[in-house]
Amino acid sequence: MKQRKMHLSSLYLAFVLVLMYLPVLMVVIYSFNDSKSDVSWAGFTLEWYGKMLHNSSLMEALRNSIVLAVSSCAISAVIGTIGAVGLVRCNFKTKGLLENAAMLPIMIPEIILGMVFLAFFSFLNLPFGMMTLILAHTTFCIPYIFIVVKGRLVGIDKSIGEAARDLGASEFRMFFDITLPLVAPAVASGTLLAFAMSLDDVVISFFVTGAQTNTLPIKIYSQIKLGVSPEINALCTVMLVFTFILILISGRVGKTRKNRTISKEEQRR
Amino acid sequence: MKKTARRKKDKAWTMAVPLYLFTIVFVVIPLIYIVVLSFLQKDVLWGVTNQFTLNNYAKMFDPVYGKTFLDSLKLAFATTLITTLMGYPFGYFMARLAPNRRNFVMLLVVVPFWTNALVRIYGWMILLRTKGVLNQALLALGIVDEPIKILYTYGAVLIGMVYSLLPFMILPVYSSVEKMDWSLVEAARDLGAGRIKAFFTVTLKLTLPGVLSGFVLVFVPSIGLFFLADLLGGGKIMLVGNLIKNQLLQARDWPFGAALSVVLMLMTFLIIFLYRKLTHSKDLEGFF
Repeated sequence: MKQRKMHLSSLYLAFVLVLMYLPVLMVVIYSFNDSKSDVSWAGFTLEWYGKMLHNSSLMEALRNSIVLAVSSCAISAVIGTIGAVGLVRCNFKTKGLLENAAMLPIMIPEIILGMVFLAFFSFLNLPFGMMTLILAHTTFCIPYIFIVVKGRLVGIDKSIGEAARDLGASEFRMFFDITLPLVAPAVASGTLLAFAMSLDDVVISFFVTGAQTNTLPIKIYSQIKLGVSPEINALCTVMLVFTFILILISGRVGKTRKNRTISKEEQRR
Repeated sequence: MKKTARRKKDKAWTMAVPLYLFTIVFVVIPLIYIVVLSFLQKDVLWGVTNQFTLNNYAKMFDPVYGKTFLDSLKLAFATTLITTLMGYPFGYFMARLAPNRRNFVMLLVVVPFWTNALVRIYGWMILLRTKGVLNQALLALGIVDEPIKILYTYGAVLIGMVYSLLPFMILPVYSSVEKMDWSLVEAARDLGAGRIKAFFTVTLKLTLPGVLSGFVLVFVPSIGLFFLADLLGGGKIMLVGNLIKNQLLQARDWPFGAALSVVLMLMTFLIIFLYRKLTHSKDLEGFF
């Protein structure tokens, strides 16, 4: 009786997972199909990957996306990390308010954030392009890093820092020698998450990009609107591979973090 | 001793300054600007005048726009309902797996969250189009005589919504089931409650915060996913998100777009507020 129940629940899990992966699998399979528009399989080809590589506007969009993700993540890693460190260690009246406001960009629907930036940047007369993209992406990347780092900081023994201070370390040295090494894994995993979000963002980029600057998701969006084409399959597959690499790296980071806390607990015993 | 502690605190404060400034300049001020903009009159051709007006809000009661709002809410409710019905059992069964299998399934659920939403929607376009994989399969199996139209219909948008937002229901449910104290269920069973009764009176109640958190995480984004409605609905299905986008980029009526955003934002805050009141917790269950 119990055995059969187990099977039924596993069957359900498997069924939903298959549904989840089916569309992704389709994209990958058809990127190798040697037929422009037909559904039936016409043999294996790498033609679409070759075409993709020679499509200069696609390559430019890819370059833009990487520049955008790297720069907005770098800025938000700094602001988010030191912000979390500063906020956890002090207590002032507007702290709760600030934390709530800082989380707003990932709480409200993306489209509102996009519209808000579009209106605000044109009010400021900023030229739409890479700069506005970086500002907007930085704004929604900060919360991801901030929250992960904050979560890690709460679990750190405060006396370690105090000991360093008592032994004469300056505030500056304490941050770089004690706090930063302790939160580094959290900074890394938060930044990777933010990186993935920036690389994938369609809605906000759609509003704040200029006519001249395309990011990869924007390019894909405008092409998909025209219908299905194997070149887009190839491009999507490349993006999937990118994402899997990110997940692998982040899994690595997570593992080292786990090991470290375990060894710390063992030491305590 | 006390003095050094005080000084330390003062210095720590300075580290939060960039976060403070950035949040004020790029989150708080722009939001205030949008609220102000929503009360201004649109200029005849382009831009806004400094005239105060409530017309932008009154306009929402126009049947055309009102219908979009209702349609969008209906779709959001349908999406939330289906994701709950599909996601609850999934999260529940997942939490009851052995730890190593559980971690593996968890990974499989989280991976789509990292992959590009467009890529996944594109996969559905390949599956659902008239000459697509699904129709070919149905024809081959003799279930239908001629291809059925699924892509560019309401149904396709609903499928896409459920598909995109399902992980946001699974994860909070999983997290609340995993945390649940099973001895309470056992107690109910010992006291004579049947399997089903024990589930509805104990398990469901204890995991309600997870379900409610899932409601918020599914409902809120589902109103704004304009690109999903564009791609799978073929531009025929209008969400509030599409309306905002059109007001901004086509009709060039920014004050009306701002008013729509303000209403959508207030709705979001209300939903989050209700969630916090109902569950007495500050954070959304299973989200970070």
